[in-house]
Amino acid sequence: MNQPIDPHLLASTETARERWQREFDEGVGEAGVIANVSGIPIQPLYTAADRAASGSDELLGYPGQPDYTRGIYATMHRGRTWTQRQLVGLGTPADYNRRLLGLLDRGATAISLIPCNSVYRGLDMDSVEPELLGTCGVVVNNADHMDRCLAGVDVGRLSCAMNDPSPFTLLAFMLVTAERRGIDWSRITGTSNQSDYLSHYVANHMFYRLSLPGARRVLMDHIAWCRRFAPRWNPMSVVGQHMQQAGATPAEAMAFTLASAVQNAEDCIARGMDPGEFLPRFTFFFDISLSFFEEIAKFRAGRRIWARLARERLGARDEKSWRFKFHAQTSGVDLTRQQPLNNIARITAQAMAGIFGGLQSLHTDSYDEVFQVPSEAAARIAVATQNILREEAHLTDVIDPLGGSFYVESLTDQMEAKILAIMTTIDDAGGMYRAVEAGLVQRMIGASAMRFQRKVESGEQVVVGVNKYQADDDAANRPPVERPDAAAMQRHLDDFRAAKAARPAVAVAKALDDLTRAADSEDGNVFGAVVDGARAGLTNEEICTRLRRDLGYGQPLAIV
Amino acid sequence: MTDGNDDFRPRVLVTKIGLDGHDRGSRIVAAACRDAGMEVIYTPPWQSIPAVVKLALEEDVDVVGISSLATDHLIVPKLMTALRDAGLGNVRVVVGGIVPDNEERLLIDSGVRQVFHPGSTMDEITTRMREYAREARRAGAGVDAENPT
Repeated sequence: MNQPIDPHLLASTETARERWQREFDEGVGEAGVIANVSGIPIQPLYTAADRAASGSDELLGYPGQPDYTRGIYATMHRGRTWTQRQLVGLGTPADYNRRLLGLLDRGATAISLIPCNSVYRGLDMDSVEPELLGTCGVVVNNADHMDRCLAGVDVGRLSCAMNDPSPFTLLAFMLVTAERRGIDWSRITGTSNQSDYLSHYVANHMFYRLSLPGARRVLMDHIAWCRRFAPRWNPMSVVGQHMQQAGATPAEAMAFTLASAVQNAEDCIARGMDPGEFLPRFTFFFDISLSFFEEIAKFRAGRRIWARLARERLGARDEKSWRFKFHAQTSGVDLTRQQPLNNIARITAQAMAGIFGGLQSLHTDSYDEVFQVPSEAAARIAVATQNILREEAHLTDVIDPLGGSFYVESLTDQMEAKILAIMTTIDDAGGMYRAVEAGLVQRMIGASAMRFQRKVESGEQVVVGVNKYQADDDAANRPPVERPDAAAMQRHLDDFRAAKAARPAVAVAKALDDLTRAADSEDGNVFGAVVDGARAGLTNEEICTRLRRDLGYGQPLAIV
Repeated sequence: MTDGNDDFRPRVLVTKIGLDGHDRGSRIVAAACRDAGMEVIYTPPWQSIPAVVKLALEEDVDVVGISSLATDHLIVPKLMTALRDAGLGNVRVVVGGIVPDNEERLLIDSGVRQVFHPGSTMDEITTRMREYAREARRAGAGVDAENPT
């Protein structure tokens, strides 16, 4: 089939392939070597020979069947497309509630909750600089606050992504809210979005709360508790997003995430849990950068590596355990402050890569995220971008539409090999827990971040409007940023102080002692005690402070 | 990178105050300053304002670089007051990261020397920090920075 139509136009010994190569070389001259961010050399053309050479010459399977390269479900986006999961959180619980009810009015069925950074740090609103309260997320410090956040919302019907690091106080507050409203915990669905403590030590150090061993123990308790009392909740979201945002290449981010998933799964098995029971509730969370085909290949490769790991290494026998369910967020570090409307084009390309990669849930950034927590207008464009790609551009009509492409299949194979090689480095270091403890992962990410920065500074990596095609800065596209209303926040703070003071001291002391008892006992379940504490009116800071005392404080790991 | 006077070694503190811990920016800037021949004092995130003042005093720094991704720049005016109260009015403070235009004005009014936005090159940042270090040295010692004692 590679015979030229008119053979006598060619030099007699030249094949079609050779002719192309000659004409290409004449056309572009000495082309420099191009490599993707993960360091894989990229050819100008791929053919069937490349795919065979890259390792996998097997026939592609079908979606919904191992090895799941083409998707984890038979129906994929032709059936249920994906969950539109936009991050929401700002100001007081009343502010959050208003924004949430607005989203629900517009048809959202999945919600998210981003708390104030003070919550991530394990601090209550009365012990941080008031200027910072609610500027990055909603200030939720106890079960009453959560009740106000979710006023008028049926928590038994919605899936909620809770940005809730160890020890999972926000979920505890939500479970208490459900209980007060007579909603059975078995109806609660959603995900503990920040349960991956390892990623918080590697990157996004916003979340330091407990020591590494303490966080490891609480995660196991959390998974075991949810399995028993909130069986539809996903207690484990393994996060690659932080690491890629911090500078990991796509291959590194996938490798570190899979290594974390293996670590957490092996910890669960060591605790006596059955992989067939907990693995179906493992989910993943990734970044989608602008390296379009690299991202698609990253997801396709990750999917089949996980299927193999779950079956062969973790011993899961059920297909439900092999499926690599992931949420993805378009990359914020790729966005620019210069000519900010250009970000809409960037986000569109990133979202397309995620969709072609076969995601289950998507957050598209708002173009203004480089200078603020998204405004409502920009957030609407972000949602519209998803709707346009799905319903106007018809990206979801065909399952895995790039499957079989010589380039995409070769790149998937090569990314797979790269990811596996990085995972071997982590295994050689004793697994992800040890590799993070030793700072290995942090150093690898730091080096990759620096490499990327140098490429941008040298102009090798173009950033439109920043190192090329600069234009007069149009500040008009950067409207003034408004912060939460200071008076409303002050009232929220006054209420909180009064409510804290009104609690019987004996009950507070008892609830804290119960936490300690759970932490001190090998059989105790710390997360169960957190839920009990939340019911007794303990605050986020009280719970975090006591557990830090009992399980150790999470010091930053100094990496030079 | 050199400005023809290799004897001058700016002393800079690269840090983060407040609640956020995204440290990609501060780590890259710290490394760039070191590579540009400066004495760099680097801290992990979440420093308190008193801790930064104490460090600036003890380490005798010329420039304090505050990295801010998630609204922590809002407490930089408090840092400026604390530095002045500690007699460190000569120390130059720069902020790098995500700062909205309308809030940049507040920072400059509080005495911040410059705000570096995303897209600034490391060369630009280190050149300016060196320049501000000279200013600080001159203002602090009351002598010509070209002939430090």
